[in-house]
Amino acid sequence: MNIIEMTATELSAAIRAGKATAVEAAEAMLTRIEQQDKILNCYVTVDSEGALKQAKEVQAKIEAGELTGPLAGVPMAVKDNMCTEGVLTTCSSKILGNFVPTYTAEAVLQLKKAGAVILGKTNMDEFAMGSTTETSAYGVTRNPWNTDHVPGGSSGGSAAAVAAGECFYALGSDTGGSIRQPASYCGTVGMKPTYGTVSRYGLIAYGSSLDQIGPLSKDVADCATVLTAIASHDAKDSTSVERRDTDFTSALVEDVKGMRIGIPKDYFGAGLDEEVKEAVLKAARELEEKGAVVEHFDLSLVEYAIPAYYTIAAAEASSNLERFDGIKYGYRTEDYAGLHNMYKKSRSEGFGEEVKRRIMLGSFVLSSGYYDAYYLKALRVKALIKKVFDEAFAKYDVILGPVAPTTAPKLGESLSDPIKMYLGDIYTIAVNLAGLPGISIPCGKDKNRLPIGLQLIGDCFQEKKLIQTAYTYERSRGMFRLTKECTESIHTEQEGQCHEQNL
Amino acid sequence: MANIISDETIEYVGILAKLELSDEEKEQAKSDMGRMLDYIDKLGELDTTGVEPMSHVFPVQNVFREDVVTNSDTREELLTNAPEQKDGMFMVPKTFEA
Amino acid sequence: MSKIYETVIGLEVHVELATKTKIFCGCSTAFGAEPNTQTCPVCTGMPGSLPVLNKQVLEYAIAVGLATNCEITRYAKFDRKNYFYPDNPQNYQISQLYLPICRNGGVEIETKEGGRKTVGIHEIHMEEDAGKLIHDEWEDCSLVDYNRSGVPLIEIVSEPDMRSAEEVIAYLEKLRLIIQYLGASDCKLQEGSMRADVNLSVREVGAEEFGTRTEMKNLNSFKAISRAIAGETERQIDLIESGEKVIQETRRWDDTKGESYAMRSKEDAQDYRYFPDPDLVPIAVSDEMLEQIREKQPEFRTEKMKRYKEEFDIPDYDIEIITGDKHMADIFEAACAICGQPKKVSNWLMGETLRLMKEKETDASDLRFSPENLAKLIALTDSKAINGSVAKEVFEVMFEENVDPERYVEEKGLKTVNDEGALRKTIEEVIAGNPQSVEDYRNGKEKAIGFLVGQTMKAMKGKADPAMVNQVLREML
Repeated sequence: MNIIEMTATELSAAIRAGKATAVEAAEAMLTRIEQQDKILNCYVTVDSEGALKQAKEVQAKIEAGELTGPLAGVPMAVKDNMCTEGVLTTCSSKILGNFVPTYTAEAVLQLKKAGAVILGKTNMDEFAMGSTTETSAYGVTRNPWNTDHVPGGSSGGSAAAVAAGECFYALGSDTGGSIRQPASYCGTVGMKPTYGTVSRYGLIAYGSSLDQIGPLSKDVADCATVLTAIASHDAKDSTSVERRDTDFTSALVEDVKGMRIGIPKDYFGAGLDEEVKEAVLKAARELEEKGAVVEHFDLSLVEYAIPAYYTIAAAEASSNLERFDGIKYGYRTEDYAGLHNMYKKSRSEGFGEEVKRRIMLGSFVLSSGYYDAYYLKALRVKALIKKVFDEAFAKYDVILGPVAPTTAPKLGESLSDPIKMYLGDIYTIAVNLAGLPGISIPCGKDKNRLPIGLQLIGDCFQEKKLIQTAYTYERSRGMFRLTKECTESIHTEQEGQCHEQNL
Repeated sequence: MANIISDETIEYVGILAKLELSDEEKEQAKSDMGRMLDYIDKLGELDTTGVEPMSHVFPVQNVFREDVVTNSDTREELLTNAPEQKDGMFMVPKTFEA
Repeated sequence: MSKIYETVIGLEVHVELATKTKIFCGCSTAFGAEPNTQTCPVCTGMPGSLPVLNKQVLEYAIAVGLATNCEITRYAKFDRKNYFYPDNPQNYQISQLYLPICRNGGVEIETKEGGRKTVGIHEIHMEEDAGKLIHDEWEDCSLVDYNRSGVPLIEIVSEPDMRSAEEVIAYLEKLRLIIQYLGASDCKLQEGSMRADVNLSVREVGAEEFGTRTEMKNLNSFKAISRAIAGETERQIDLIESGEKVIQETRRWDDTKGESYAMRSKEDAQDYRYFPDPDLVPIAVSDEMLEQIREKQPEFRTEKMKRYKEEFDIPDYDIEIITGDKHMADIFEAACAICGQPKKVSNWLMGETLRLMKEKETDASDLRFSPENLAKLIALTDSKAINGSVAKEVFEVMFEENVDPERYVEEKGLKTVNDEGALRKTIEEVIAGNPQSVEDYRNGKEKAIGFLVGQTMKAMKGKADPAMVNQVLREML
């Protein structure tokens, strides 16, 4: 098999078996990035030299028997909001356009320990604020399935890179759907773990109480493997949770007999695209046929999640982004008159429109006289939302629904109306408010050949039920080699053709 | 639109957030913020009497470190990203008190 | 007829805690390091860094709360206080607003009139200190050093219960002693490990309502505090008398000019947008934790004074001075334990120690000599190995360098000469050389003997026992 089409675990097995090397794999990825990334723009930074150096070192360790794990030698990509020592980390913002961290995010360190080869840093919505990767200061990323469409966001670069075979898996971060939604738009698997499962140390914060790092991968097995590697209790992150059993690969079992699956009726109302609805319900039927007990129920409060989320996330972001002031690192304006003018100009020139919009909103909802009415109110609604999920998980093992109301929109269609854009997060956001794990897995394509994602939501710390359900569904659905399709799609598209293929 | 955002509010929030908007941006910000707040006002439909504001989802408490020095001098690293520096320190426009 | 005003004062006292490391990271808090050499991503606000609470900070804060009769908050949180300033690397300070660790306490002070009153403590909260700004003369800019950024502070907020500078100083002294006794801080105003901001308003005597208050910062000594209180009281009364209004504002005291000025700025909205810090988890103080801290509480001054009275036969005044500083009390007790002579130990402390402290402008908390060496010195005089004046000479060196007196006396050859033959020989020479004094003595002038003793001591280079000299002299005359 062509290296490019392998999954991460297949590749590492081939490397261990001596059928491929880490260096070959890295070179294959770098060549592919060279060929495609001018069009797709998945990466902000490609670290060719570093990747090849790591690959050589890792290969030597594999040969010496020092590295034996399922990710050893596998090239991957990191979303550009995770700090990487010696490698530019921009958050896709002008304000961090020259920031080279002197430390590495804990999740990335865990992967390095497992023998990962880091190819570079992937594009994203600036400071993870957006759902399309169009708010990046370094250009839009295109959806590999159809380059006129967005890859989703904010981890759009990570999702597109996995789908297009520019890495074997990637790390993303998910504050309101930023892993699951681009995974859905790009036809990859993406998982947001339970809050506290993966250390946030070194992740440049957007909404600290909601942010969580997770994998984007080609299939469920890779997802479980990567999650196993990055889940760790970290003494540097006070919100890190000490979990006992973090071998998520043990849940790669094809069996959903007796699994209680709840489908919230509220997730299938107005605004949901008919094709998405069909594909998701078809997936539910397949799981039912495999022995799951599927039931429709009323979750409630769904429409309140978005306003609660935007209040909390904007408030936290307004504070988290105060540190970008032109003093210690990052962009400082050329001309200024005095300290406060320097602050204002550096920040106004350094941040993009959407970031400024959220900082303004966040500063306002925390300001004197509004804190109770907006911020505390949102935290109270958050408590109510958590409660409705608690009640649902008393009845069900897994909640099943769509990831997003539609497939990937066209470039340039979303940003004009922020509220409409925010509404696209309706099925993913509540999961972050309640700290729950959620996974996105491809379940079909629409008439425009764009992938549709199925979302499974679990109770906190129940990632294994999600992995088991997703894995069973994936087996039933049948495997597909998304990189091959994407290759063809990009190449044929360049010739002005559209290549139809069945999932 | 129920929430009318005044020029003064935008000016004030700009001072808090250290953002300086152009006139055009200000108009846009007024409209955006007004619409967002209208949308957020939807939360008012929910009765949250007696509901404790939830800042942390899990009851994780008492995470401490021991009082032991673990860090050494890394000044050189610290200053690598500084826009301007002098004598091992960050250089900033003159402050009021200094 | 002019009105009579009273001054209403509340204090916000910041105390730097004596931890080895900062409040949220493992950087050293040692004083005096090169700029920015005690920093890390956390205390310099690097992107992606996260805070983790130093347990010792919480324990000190609770200990101070217990010692000042506060209620300990069983479920406490940290909040972010948002404001931009270069010494504040995250541009928010992690502090406590909504659920501070201690509340509703108070300490008793003595008033000028000799009475007692309680100054209420509204709350005590934990927070991080800011970095230091240094003005660069050459480049017309400021330089930031983050060594102090993240050093743990507690802020003790009093009720507006004080009415004079004397009460303010009595309250500060009381806090200083309590905190010093706990070992939670050295509380030095001059070095900034204790900082007091004065909230002050004036009102007519008898008025129910408080006047508008101002907050005064940059007060580095008790003297500065007294002067600032006097100055601000006068300024506010003048404003009121001339029909103007006092504006609620923060003012900076310039002690050299003896005046304050407003720290206002258009860019300073004073709207801190406090909200619970999502990066830190709540603190739940268990009964067990509280009990452990309670058990470790030391003997405080009042108890110590009472015990000294019972245990040691020394004057009340000595007790007051010795217990006025924890370090001095520690030296006293340890030296007594070794030599068993509280009176002599006390005499050294009350006499030479206080004299040298005054002369060399040393704080009691900076005394360097060890109780072991003080006990040795007492033993040397007791055994008449050295005489009183030599002992004072040795003590002065001990005061500066904490030398071992035994070794020092040995090395410098300061031991008293006990050889009576040698003494008699010297005295013979003195008698021969001072016929006039000898004559005077023999004619009944008692005073002359003093001169002859002095001459003998001088000839012996001080290394004689004056009592013995006196005795032999009288014999030989």
